[in-house]
Amino acid sequence: MSRHQKDGTQGIAVRLKKDWIENGGAYLLALAVLAYYLLFHYKPMVGAVIAFKDFSSSKGIWGSKWIGVRYFSEFFTSYYFLRLVKNTLVISLSSLIFAFPLPILFALLINEVKNDRFRKTVQTISYMPHFISMVVVCSMVRLFTDGNSFIVQILSFFGHNNLGGNLLNEKSMFVPIYVVSGIWQNLGWDCIIYIAALTSIDMQLYEAARVDGAGRFQQTLHITLPGILSTVVMLLILRIGNLMSVGHEKIILLYNERVYDTADVISSYVYRRGLVQGDWSFGTAIGLFNSVINFVLVISANALSNRLSGVGLW
Amino acid sequence: MAANRKKSCLDEGTGYRVFSVFNTCLLVLILFLTAYPVYFVLIASISDPTKMVANYGLMWLPHFPLSLTSYRMVFRHSLLLSGFGNTLFIVIVGLAFNMVLTVLGAYLLSLKNSLLKKPIAYLILFTMYFSGGIVPGYLNIKSLHLMNTLWALILPGAISTYNMLIMRSAIGALPDALMEAAKLDGASHFQRILNVVVPLTGATSAVLMLYYAVGHWNAWFNASLYIQSPSRFPLQLVLRQVLILGEDSEMASGMDAGSEIAAATVIKYALIVISTVPIMLLYPFLQRFFVKGVMIGSVKG
Repeated sequence: MSRHQKDGTQGIAVRLKKDWIENGGAYLLALAVLAYYLLFHYKPMVGAVIAFKDFSSSKGIWGSKWIGVRYFSEFFTSYYFLRLVKNTLVISLSSLIFAFPLPILFALLINEVKNDRFRKTVQTISYMPHFISMVVVCSMVRLFTDGNSFIVQILSFFGHNNLGGNLLNEKSMFVPIYVVSGIWQNLGWDCIIYIAALTSIDMQLYEAARVDGAGRFQQTLHITLPGILSTVVMLLILRIGNLMSVGHEKIILLYNERVYDTADVISSYVYRRGLVQGDWSFGTAIGLFNSVINFVLVISANALSNRLSGVGLW
Repeated sequence: MAANRKKSCLDEGTGYRVFSVFNTCLLVLILFLTAYPVYFVLIASISDPTKMVANYGLMWLPHFPLSLTSYRMVFRHSLLLSGFGNTLFIVIVGLAFNMVLTVLGAYLLSLKNSLLKKPIAYLILFTMYFSGGIVPGYLNIKSLHLMNTLWALILPGAISTYNMLIMRSAIGALPDALMEAAKLDGASHFQRILNVVVPLTGATSAVLMLYYAVGHWNAWFNASLYIQSPSRFPLQLVLRQVLILGEDSEMASGMDAGSEIAAATVIKYALIVISTVPIMLLYPFLQRFFVKGVMIGSVKG
């Protein structure tokens, strides 16, 4: 305590010197870490100024001409802008509506299983698809939606007769395929965190509820659900914060030009325009727009949840 | 707790017993839906190629006669072995970078009274929520002259900030007295990390190593941007060329047109099996570490 008070009265130079004597070794050891963040995170952030320049690789970042917000206004007024925002929102909202609640339900069902061995089997098998790589999952999706595969046969059995050739060539099928394959891959994995929350609920609460005459369903409603609420809220904030960011990897592996109308999202467009076609500045501008939106969404979702429920990420 | 559960089910009514039966059936159905696609790939890969093309529907058993032609053709693919080799290199060298940097960074963030800790923490946390985007990232790799080297796949992902925060929580949870004692004994920061932090955070390190390793194993996108020479493709990029882009001419060459089409499909199933088997064999042993990792990650740090 007394040391702390003394520090408060010392000049900044003295404090820095003391800090260096005590922690200098740790700082030196972490120099490579700092170098990593500067070189691979902050340098590209600075490099993003080419969004406001007419970048050509021969002139370099600083030699290229400033053009202000021309690429931004070009993007906002282009035909693609609304389509990309719509597709991004449709895909992430569909995932939110269908893929978010299912792991919670699945965890509740698993939690009701009394037989330990059966419960372990269910968990082990349901985690498995999570460990299959994205490339392999997407190629499985491609094989299973192709021509006369069993999924197409089952769908046509239920009356979808106009499925010509390949499901992935149909605009209306892209989002369902994207969401369902995501559920298949992550249902079991995503429920782990809820199972952890469920097992941390105090068993005495259930005993007390039974003494009070609460049935199974009432116990679930009044003890189990409130018990996992904070976990649910926290994951929901994360999801809402990511509403405008649909990763490009899975999209690129699944889509083709016939379904761009429903499948092309902001990140995949940035990839095509910026990297494949080499419109460096234009691609950077769209990417920057998306980064700023995502940043604002994460911050506001977190602030909102802090105010409403006191649960937040930080 | 398990005993509690068992006792409690004795006094349940018929309604709950009906629910239990329904629940079991539902879970069995979910298991079937999860496992069947994997099983299908497995039996398709050893089926008779011509029959696979003719009848593509639901199958419960492979189409006989069993054939290993597809596997023979896959192994003839020269890029498969080099792909495995490149991925192995990336995993091993990448892991070394990952773990050293993650521990050093996490140690800095866990210092108790340091003036620079806070600003550095903000600097690092900001990168979790904001990035320059993939185009400046690409140009950065180009300007660092890392194009077409495996370093372009190792260095940009040398630290996962999320993993570093998990490590920081683990270090923060060590008893203060231990660190103090090491300090009083005159141990330098390096010695404190080597003799106190590393031995006592083994469980967390194991989890993080798995996370990093799986990340390296699955990565393909950066390689598709940065690597031009096919001989340097990691496994997942080779898979993408063959499975997604359909560039499998090399394997099916020297066959007549009909059986070439038949072979092309079965080859894909065989390739999926071969590339996924290593992970699937390890998976049952590693599962509990991953599950533990999810738990650690869910603790707010």
